[in-house]
Amino acid sequence: MQREAKLIQGNQAIAEGAIYAGARFFAGYPITPSSEIAEECSRVMPRIGGVYMQMEDEIASMGAIVGASLTGAKSFTATSGPGFSLMQENLGFAVMAEVPCVVVNVQRSGPSTGLATKPAQSDIMQVRWGRHGDQAVIALSPSSVMECFTLTVEAFNLAERFRVPVILAADEIVAHMRENFTLPAPGEVKVFDRKKPSVNPDSYKPFEPGEDGIAPLAAYGSEYVFHVTSSMHGPEGFSNNSPANAAWKVAQLHKKIERYRDEIVITKTFDVEDMDVLLIAFGAVTRAARAAALEARKEGIKAGVLQLVTVWPFPDREIAELGKKAKTVVVPEMNYSGQVAGEVTRVLGPATDIRRVNKYNGQIITPGDILEEIKRGAKEVL
Amino acid sequence: MSHATGQKYLKQDSLPLMWCSGCGNGVVLGALLRAFEEMGFKKNETVVVTGIGCWGKADDYITTNALHTTHGRALPFATGIKAANPRLNVVVLMGDGDSVTIGGNHFVHAARRNIDLTAIVVNNYNYGMTGGQFSATTPKDSYTSTTAYGNPERDLDICALADVAGANYVARSTVYHGYDLQNHIKEAIARKGFSVVEAVSPCPTHFGRNNKMKVSVEMLKWLKEKGVSREKYLQLESPEQKGYFVIGKLVDRDAPDFSACYEKIRVRALVV
Ligand SMILES: Cc1ncc(C[n+]2csc(CCOP(=O)(O)OP(=O)(O)O)c2C)c(N)n1
Ligand code: SF4
Repeated sequence: MQREAKLIQGNQAIAEGAIYAGARFFAGYPITPSSEIAEECSRVMPRIGGVYMQMEDEIASMGAIVGASLTGAKSFTATSGPGFSLMQENLGFAVMAEVPCVVVNVQRSGPSTGLATKPAQSDIMQVRWGRHGDQAVIALSPSSVMECFTLTVEAFNLAERFRVPVILAADEIVAHMRENFTLPAPGEVKVFDRKKPSVNPDSYKPFEPGEDGIAPLAAYGSEYVFHVTSSMHGPEGFSNNSPANAAWKVAQLHKKIERYRDEIVITKTFDVEDMDVLLIAFGAVTRAARAAALEARKEGIKAGVLQLVTVWPFPDREIAELGKKAKTVVVPEMNYSGQVAGEVTRVLGPATDIRRVNKYNGQIITPGDILEEIKRGAKEVL
Repeated sequence: MSHATGQKYLKQDSLPLMWCSGCGNGVVLGALLRAFEEMGFKKNETVVVTGIGCWGKADDYITTNALHTTHGRALPFATGIKAANPRLNVVVLMGDGDSVTIGGNHFVHAARRNIDLTAIVVNNYNYGMTGGQFSATTPKDSYTSTTAYGNPERDLDICALADVAGANYVARSTVYHGYDLQNHIKEAIARKGFSVVEAVSPCPTHFGRNNKMKVSVEMLKWLKEKGVSREKYLQLESPEQKGYFVIGKLVDRDAPDFSACYEKIRVRALVV
């Protein structure tokens, strides 16, 4: 079969990725710059036996996708700043109750309503710490239309494998950018389905991890009967307030991610073999960083790029390894406080020459913005 | 004919119930589990979804599938379950705080959508679990932990709200009228679309104590006296001011439910 490339938006690629991964339930509430994902799902879901639900708000949307997932459906939602804030409580529920699902947060400029249609990368810390209670989380950040697709599939795969909500931390730039896209054939990109129980229904414990550290998840309506709660619970799924159980549960929520850290953390490198200047970027800004690095090389400065495809868990090891080879490190990001630069500093230590390029006016960081800092760094350190 | 006991739906190893003596929750739980038995519900095809509160703890005592959610959000979780698998029986247990105060928006929209869920709302006129603060159903001028000088706000009629928002079935009963309550629960569950049963119930520990009804018996007497049929209510003089309320079936419709409507959309989507 002839496969044709078509010009599509990042948001559409996200919807296509979800459907390719097997998502059959979307619940959401419209918000710029994520609405195209909802619109696409409203058209496609009814045609493929899926469900599109437009809920009364984002709190409800998050609750609905958790409920749907517990019936065995792969489910997701898409939102932006204000909506992502509203989702936090029930997103924490998905963490606690170990319910696979995907939350797309197309980051836009804030605080509050902010510049509603303009890009930002200022929710990186909210993605990590936005909910009450200590917990680990997985988040990916796409830099192109193709990555919008592949990382959405990956987000579902990780969610299904580890029984966690996974956040796709996109930004307005990739979401609205149009690029050539060819839909991979079925089977071309790996799709993972959650592990189901195989024990006798009488002995099923929905929160008892197997040897792989992950508990199999049954579906409501199957032969298994099970109890799920937001409260502290033991392996059987019923409330258990004992200190020993609480310690076990909180650790388990972290450990299942720590254990598979190497499979979860994805990074990409560009021209880092001989670099003196290391650019660390994520999301759409990766593109500007790569252009700036090429430009710098033309001017005789050896620059390379490390793209953080996975932003959480933070790629500490990858950054440490490359960071020690670099003479200076530049971290461009669309926020004021340097949310990722702060983490890079934590990893590389205050002795490393770390330079920040921040833009928080709703404008894209350009290759020129980054090049300027590369040159300044080269002059001062090289 | 042997009477249903509901025992097989009761999680024996979780007993005794956590609720205070004289609390109405146990009566509603009994009525619900007997209704399950009479309807022949299979545990694996039934999901009980609860919010957060004293009544919201009911799932701890139930042997069907269960989902104990967040405060006020039980309906959205239940909506996701039902929309994704319409074959499941989904029953949602909420307090007055859960259902129409913090969760009021979801309540309105679940009814408007007419999604096939059954909401069993225990209305004890206050937030039992957190120490008896006022809720949206606390009567005006009554006393709670946060209305020491009387409630300045007006109360909301749960059933009237369900009615205007489009629920297919709405009934009100009390824990004094246990047999009626059970029948309403059965009718509500059997009805497609969104159904609501409001069970007016004593919270002797807080609402009762704060409003001169320290022991449950006094509250039960009050429920017996104040809960009247619609006919009787219409004959009374200024019944609302005197605290009377109508019990019985209040709404009885047969509008198509969300899943039936969505099925039609699926057919249309394939034709287009
Ligand atoms: C978001 C949130 N806010 C507040 C609370 C605290 N809280 C727990 S239960 C409850 C009220 C419960 O009242 P109701 O729903 O009427 O149930 P009852 O306890 O009376 O059965 C409140 C305010 C909470 N758990 N979550
Ligand atoms: S506080 Fe009130 S509602 Fe809660 S268990 Fe006690 S009597 Fe029942």
